[in-house]
Amino acid sequence: MNKAKPLTGAGAVAQAMRQINPDVVAAYPITPQTPIVEGFAKFVADGIVKTEMIRVESEHSALSAVVGSAFAGARTMTATSSAGLALMYEILGVASGLRAPIVMPIANRALSSPLNIHCDHSDTMGCRDMGWLQIYAEDAQESYENTLLAMRLAEHPDILTPIMPCMDGFITSHGVENVIIHSDEAVRDFIGEYKFPYNLLDVEHPITVGAIELTDYLFETKRQQVESISKVPDVLPKIACELARITENEFDVVEEYHTDDADAIIVVMSSAAGTTKTVVDKMRKEGKKVGLLKLRMFRPFPYERIAKGLVGAKAVAVLDRAASYGADAPIFTDVKCSLYASSEKPKIQSYVFGIGGRELYDDHIEKVFDDLLAGKVTGKEEYINLRE
Amino acid sequence: MNYKEFAAKECRLAPGHRLCGGCVAPVVVKTVLGATDKPVVAANATGCLEVSTTIYPDSAWKIPWIHSAFENASATISGVETAYRSLKKQGKIDKDIKFVCFGGDGGTYDIGLQSLSGALERGHDFLYVCYDNEAYMNTGNQRSSSTPFGASTTTAPAGKVIQGKTEWKKDLLKIAVAHHIPYAASAAVGNWLDFVNKAEKAFTIEGPKVLLVNSPCTTLWGFANDSAIDLSKLLVETGAWPLYEVVDGKYKLTYKPKERKPILEYLKTQARFKHLLKPENAHIVEKIQKHVDSDWAEMLRLCGESE
Repeated sequence: MNKAKPLTGAGAVAQAMRQINPDVVAAYPITPQTPIVEGFAKFVADGIVKTEMIRVESEHSALSAVVGSAFAGARTMTATSSAGLALMYEILGVASGLRAPIVMPIANRALSSPLNIHCDHSDTMGCRDMGWLQIYAEDAQESYENTLLAMRLAEHPDILTPIMPCMDGFITSHGVENVIIHSDEAVRDFIGEYKFPYNLLDVEHPITVGAIELTDYLFETKRQQVESISKVPDVLPKIACELARITENEFDVVEEYHTDDADAIIVVMSSAAGTTKTVVDKMRKEGKKVGLLKLRMFRPFPYERIAKGLVGAKAVAVLDRAASYGADAPIFTDVKCSLYASSEKPKIQSYVFGIGGRELYDDHIEKVFDDLLAGKVTGKEEYINLRE
Repeated sequence: MNYKEFAAKECRLAPGHRLCGGCVAPVVVKTVLGATDKPVVAANATGCLEVSTTIYPDSAWKIPWIHSAFENASATISGVETAYRSLKKQGKIDKDIKFVCFGGDGGTYDIGLQSLSGALERGHDFLYVCYDNEAYMNTGNQRSSSTPFGASTTTAPAGKVIQGKTEWKKDLLKIAVAHHIPYAASAAVGNWLDFVNKAEKAFTIEGPKVLLVNSPCTTLWGFANDSAIDLSKLLVETGAWPLYEVVDGKYKLTYKPKERKPILEYLKTQARFKHLLKPENAHIVEKIQKHVDSDWAEMLRLCGESE
């Protein structure tokens, strides 16, 4: 095991990219993703990686270029945030519809308007139906390891679907933590060779990529996408187990933290899970039965694992870092769906927090737990740390 | 290259596609792809050519081909070409492959201009070919920035108070040349030898190249479907579509009409200009003629020629 060294989340992801050593990376700057591609550009400039880098003129072109590269026999990556992801929206569907195994790290950031550069999940939640896999990291270490896992998952022949490993903008992307970067050789063996079955450069066997499909074919093609994503739960454990041999951290779609005997459980993703763990530890010492169900994979959504993880809880709070205007917040909606088949349904409360980087402190989480333990569930969406 | 040499080559676009009878887009594709013996990989912007040649499960393309979206064909080919360079550098591929991008005027002058500019500026080794039919023909003749002054389109139609398009056609090649690319040229399907030789030359030059090809649209310009080639020739004879090339920034006329024909002769041939023939619109025709004359004089100046 290598020694931990101080790195930002963005720096850790750049290290993952260095170890993956893609054939092509397309880069366009956007706060707070920028330090990922800056860090990687230095590896290119120093000749540490074999990568050809394309400094594109927009995020739309970044994703378009990596789709082209993926079909030309190259392992490719790009990264983005917020408005950049929104600009890519059209090509998100192209990438997943064509089944390009692209890994695109995301530093989550609020979407305009008004303009805000800080963290919330409105960017990736807004594209949750675009056919991409989405995994979320609590900290820099997870951001690094999730990026490695993402590459294998995207390229698995049963999956062949692009993936966004997400981390919280600034909080994780710019926060310095102790990160263990695993051995280059071990990671290289884990990642393996790029073996995508379609190649435009195989000129003796010409292929047509991106044909038009009308009423007679598109439905079947989309059904195949549904089918492939549904195979993630079958494929993921083996890849996670292989990676755990290097990292000693086994990726699972959820992390259960003191949930077994918990009366009150918070469901949350990303960096807020770390804060919640601190509060769980404190309240447990006070004899309060509280727990955390950290969601690590949002697409595909682990319905059964969520239902199982919440068995026995009296009250559950779901904390979303994005609102869904005119509907329930995204994670809350899916968690509620997960409980539909459960015989004993806990009370469930929706909270929206952290919009535009609004702080979430221990006290806020403790208050949520106290309310859950007191059986206070309002039945409507509540907001944490908001002036009303 | 001459006709005989070209005729002996294998055609890289199969028949049976669904382009309109009399459409010249396949002429553009066959000419460009026949201008090199090297393997070619193509990217295609959304448009007539794309939708009509790849209706799943059929494909008319005998070469590797990719379509992603409307505005990003140049970015797509950037990715393909960069992958090629990366894999070649790594010794994983040893072939000499050429890269071509096809787009209509909508996908080139308008929505695709940014990605084209990016790809030209970055210096990717590819040939961009715009088959210019001067409006959004795939969706039924909507105005683009390539539509000529006075032409009637569905979004800028000739009416009681407005007589079609009220702006001049964008000068795409000047924009391309401003990127300091090694080769840019205009061509027309009616002057085929000039066209094929420019395509052939472009393939021998390393770096980004742009070829802008006049491509009359029988269906929506409104002329008989056996006349596209004649119409393209006539346009060149008026001087409104000068045939030239720009090598490393130096302009050169590749064809000079003996005596330029009046633009009215060309306008008369197509339904899209029909309203301009009304006596009360004679001043518009006069305005167009003046514009053609002045552009022609400017072209001669750029090419160091005299009238």
